[in-house]
Amino acid sequence: MRGYVPAYEVKSPETLTEALSILQAQPGKWKPLAGGTDLMVLLESGVLENRNLLNLQGLKELTGISVSPAEITIGALSTFRQILEHDLLKTEFPLLAAAARSIGAIAIQNRATIGGNIANASPAADSPPALIAHDAVIELVSSTGSRRLSYAEFHQGYKKTQLATDELIRAIILPRTQADTGSNDFFFYRKVGTRKAQAISKICFAGRFHPCSPGNLRLVFGSVAPTVLRCIQTEAIIQGGGLDLKTIQKAKDSLTRELSPIDDIRSTAEYRLRVSLNLLEDFLILARQKQSHVELGS
Amino acid sequence: MSNSAKITISCRINQRPCSFETYPMTRLIDLIRDDEHFTGTKEGCGEGECGACSVLMNGELVNSCLVPAVQVNGADIITIEGIIRENKFSALQEAFVDFGGVQCGICTPGMVMATVYLLGKNPNPTEAEIREAIAGNICRCTGYTKIFEAIQHACGKLGALQ
Ligand SMILES: Cc1cc2nc3c(=O)[nH]c(=O)nc-3n(C[C@H](O)[C@H](O)[C@H](O)COP(=O)(O)OP(=O)(O)OC[C@H]3O[C@@H](n4cnc5c(N)ncnc54)[C@H](O)[C@@H]3O)c2cc1C
Ligand code: FES
Ligand code: FES
Repeated sequence: MRGYVPAYEVKSPETLTEALSILQAQPGKWKPLAGGTDLMVLLESGVLENRNLLNLQGLKELTGISVSPAEITIGALSTFRQILEHDLLKTEFPLLAAAARSIGAIAIQNRATIGGNIANASPAADSPPALIAHDAVIELVSSTGSRRLSYAEFHQGYKKTQLATDELIRAIILPRTQADTGSNDFFFYRKVGTRKAQAISKICFAGRFHPCSPGNLRLVFGSVAPTVLRCIQTEAIIQGGGLDLKTIQKAKDSLTRELSPIDDIRSTAEYRLRVSLNLLEDFLILARQKQSHVELGS
Repeated sequence: MSNSAKITISCRINQRPCSFETYPMTRLIDLIRDDEHFTGTKEGCGEGECGACSVLMNGELVNSCLVPAVQVNGADIITIEGIIRENKFSALQEAFVDFGGVQCGICTPGMVMATVYLLGKNPNPTEAEIREAIAGNICRCTGYTKIFEAIQHACGKLGALQ
């Protein structure tokens, strides 16, 4: 049943400074409201517990996608539409563009923000695997200042993040190291859901491989652990052993140990594991083809 | 449970200036249907899944069941009634009828809004682009093929006109 709408109070600060001082004055009281595509659904089903909302819509400091030679900065209020239509993001950060395109359907992409997707901290969210594979950095702000941390460290456990009660996500920063080495990076993004649109992931995978820079290898899964998971042990096996079939098998054995999928309403642990192993194998076999092209000089 | 204060929201719906005294988390769909009586916008699911409530907000396709009033201030909203009034898309509406794309009609306003949004961005969409454009709209009656054919036919006509 829908929540009792008159009970919800909303503040709409006009500047970031004002928003942050509201958060600081009453820590934990005001819940940020961005595109509302998660929060309105909670309200509709009567489970939006926080009755005080902080409308971020007017905060220009959280909008816009800006490009410098070293990085691309995506304001937290950027919608997935703005992301997937950004030409440079499409070419340099294709995993993120693919994730944006896989989220909900068009009307959702037009409202859903990247900051909301991250802060909501669902293990099934579709942008986090892509962001980790692109080595994203997250910028958090509070009244006392701002801090940057590696996005891979932001998610700490089921629905647990590094965001403090007086902080907002200001932006996601993507380092353009790919600009030097990236032309040969091979990217692979797959979302497996019940259907193509409007489906929450059963499994989501973002992979990155560079034939000459083993350090660029990223294997990141969503929906198969309490939080988005970069599979570092499995990466190390490939980095040490290459892409022959024996090593690929070892990588699959390692992945089985690294993932901890569960049974839930969307899928079963067994299905999730099986599909994850298949996705890993598909990715590594395609990566091997890329590598042999490079070795042949083509 | 105590009530929060009502707020004043001003916006334009189908070119008409509107002002509402309402609670901040009232849904846009309720302002459109209950206050302004534009009942062409339908509610299917109330949670963003079905697209029946689709409208254009500042030119962007949105689910009006997921937009809180507090974020509508100053916005320009176009509903299916605003599209009909424009006449520009009568070929699209006729195609829906001619191809059997309307049965119970609940999904139709949303399907038309999604198509109008698509054509605004891309007058000559491919088959895949049409499918992506209406992927967020659920129809319980037609089985989609008739809707798809109607849109394809109308895109040919409307695209050629632009
Ligand atoms: C029909 C439907 C389909 C969907 N499909 C997908 C899908 O395929 N994949 C997917 O990943 N998600 C999907 N979602 C979920 C949702 O759309 C996304 O998680 C979206 O990115 C949330 O962003 P928002 O701006 O709408 O967040 P909101 O609902 O406004 O907020 C979500 C959470 O983030 C917090 N928050 C927002 N911005 C900030 C900020 N700057 N700083 C700190 N905290 C913040 C809020 O307090 C809240 O807890 C779907 C939702 C619906 C309704
Ligand atoms: S009623 Fe809004 S999407 Fe279904
Ligand atoms: S015609 Fe009935 S839902 Fe589409």
